[in-house]
Amino acid sequence: MDIMQIVAIGLIATVLIVVVKSQRPELGVLLSLVAGIIIFLLVLGKIGSIMDVIMDLTARAEINMVYLGTILKIIGIAYIAEFGAQISRDAGESAVATKIEFAAKIMIMVLAVPMIVAVLQMLLKLVP
Amino acid sequence: MGSSIDLIFKIAGVGILVAVLNAILKHAGKEEQGHLVTLAGLAIVFMWVIQLLANLFDQVKSVFKLF
Repeated sequence: MDIMQIVAIGLIATVLIVVVKSQRPELGVLLSLVAGIIIFLLVLGKIGSIMDVIMDLTARAEINMVYLGTILKIIGIAYIAEFGAQISRDAGESAVATKIEFAAKIMIMVLAVPMIVAVLQMLLKLVP
Repeated sequence: MGSSIDLIFKIAGVGILVAVLNAILKHAGKEEQGHLVTLAGLAIVFMWVIQLLANLFDQVKSVFKLF
């Protein structure tokens, strides 16, 4: 059971962070970062297998793979940006966290523009 | 995965050690050396954390095909 492992890691990390943070706040931040990374890495393998299933379904439904690739990239950007922003916000730097989120929104927008253009072109074809 | 869980304990150990050394040095009236100890601990931990972070970014890149 992986969930037991993850909960145990989380609890141990929490106790250690509370012990360390009172003396050395900067090491507390790094400790919470490491705990987050470890849990993320444990979950990432599962996400990979889910993605494989979704790709298989897409191939079977004969949908253009380009769109799925874009969606995957957007999900990846959202995950990683959320991770960084939460760590920054936890450390009390919500200004940096907000900027990370802003950058992620811009990156997602850049990826989404070709899809918006494709939708608009399809609309133009439909309208005589 | 075992080695990265070790990292949590290693960082907590460095944190406690640095805190104790800092208290001892402060008691002995060597505050500037205490600052150096803090800085050294932070640098060591940063080395470990950045390697793990690079690993995470590589894996996220390969899972979500972000190249």
